[in-house]
Amino acid sequence: MAEAPFGLLAELTHRCPLQCGYCSNPVELVRRDAELSTEDWLRVFDQARALGALQIHLSGGEPLLRPDLPELVAHANSLGCYVNLVTSGVGLSRDRLRDLASRGVDHVQLSLQDATRAGNDRIAGIKAFDRKVQAASFVREEGLPLTVNTVLHRQNLDNIAGLIAMAEEMGAERLELANTQYYGWALRNRAVLLPTRAQLAHAGPVVAAAQDRLRGRMEIVYVIADYHEAHPKPCMYGWGARQLTVAPNGDVLPCPAATVISSLRIENVREASLHDIWYSSPSFNAFRGFDWMQDPCRSCPRKEVDFGGCRCQAFQLTGDAAATDPVCSLSPDRSTVDLILATEMAPAEVPAMAMRKMR
Amino acid sequence: MTPVVALDAVPRIRRGVKCTYDQIRAAHVVLFPEGVLVLNETAASVVSLCDGTRSVGDIALALGDEYDGVEPEDIAGLVARLVDRRVVDVDG
Repeated sequence: MAEAPFGLLAELTHRCPLQCGYCSNPVELVRRDAELSTEDWLRVFDQARALGALQIHLSGGEPLLRPDLPELVAHANSLGCYVNLVTSGVGLSRDRLRDLASRGVDHVQLSLQDATRAGNDRIAGIKAFDRKVQAASFVREEGLPLTVNTVLHRQNLDNIAGLIAMAEEMGAERLELANTQYYGWALRNRAVLLPTRAQLAHAGPVVAAAQDRLRGRMEIVYVIADYHEAHPKPCMYGWGARQLTVAPNGDVLPCPAATVISSLRIENVREASLHDIWYSSPSFNAFRGFDWMQDPCRSCPRKEVDFGGCRCQAFQLTGDAAATDPVCSLSPDRSTVDLILATEMAPAEVPAMAMRKMR
Repeated sequence: MTPVVALDAVPRIRRGVKCTYDQIRAAHVVLFPEGVLVLNETAASVVSLCDGTRSVGDIALALGDEYDGVEPEDIAGLVARLVDRRVVDVDG
């Protein structure tokens, strides 16, 4: 039997003022009229807590675009959950933050696209940099802990030292430097985003030195560029193991990208309880534990370390969601990844970034 | 690398860290940005005494009233692990 989840990622909306070409939302964005109601979300939070979730990550899109956000924060807090607000910072005024803090936001995660105003605003597709800097100062004034989140790729990896300095200046206690993972929008823009080996070789020691220098003041989490690695990431620490995601329309996902696995029948909070979905649904049980694995994973000692890597990546690159993650050097499909690296790391002609937007 | 914590060090729960009791798991838990720690009874007692005024030695003394065989070094080791997980800070 599966263990209870620790966290709920609540994607309150897919609407967002930013247009980042690596957005983790699916390419088919949920429109406003299909979003869950306030009552739906309150029920989802109740069910998540009853199931064992202790952290509620209020995310999107941009969660500040939901007028009921204060009510949702207060409810998550009343359940005893740790309430994490994941925001672009656009729309986070001093008054708004003060109100949300008084209702129980415990921690703010603020995205930063690049170290400079010009770079940040080019990647975000709107003028957002100054508002982010301001939002960070409000978070600090309010005394809330701040994590700065930056997605790394070919367009900003050379500015890694500047990004670290910027997060320090913003007063962050944590900095997440996450190399782009290629699903949805990022997959579409992979030839614009895929970093070169030289960029990663330069960034690694800069990050390591900063981790050392800032120990005790700012924690730096570095998420690897898995296409360049010999072993896959321990995706979600196993399928249906620790966290669940509820999409804006109520779809319940084992990971935020799971809609890319088209063979997976996704359940919805409008039709079933989170308890039944977590413990009994085919989608959450599809890749739980180790029984679903094929070789080389099945007989590999690393299966306890990386859980076979990412199911979405396996599906996208091999067509089989139960295959070994093809970034693994032991995968029979590793050549697919090598071919992508050879052709897309430094393409003869770099395509334009497809900016995220609703159709 | 787990830091070494002295017996006169004064641990304090970090800003943004929440300690609570989870009825679902019937256990004390610590909630923080990175995740959740489910505490055993001893760890829960130690965490509840990390108030920014008691030293590691004081905590060991206080727990000695409650439990048998409390060694200050064991408390220091537990606090070191909590520092490593960014649940507590130490002064001194």
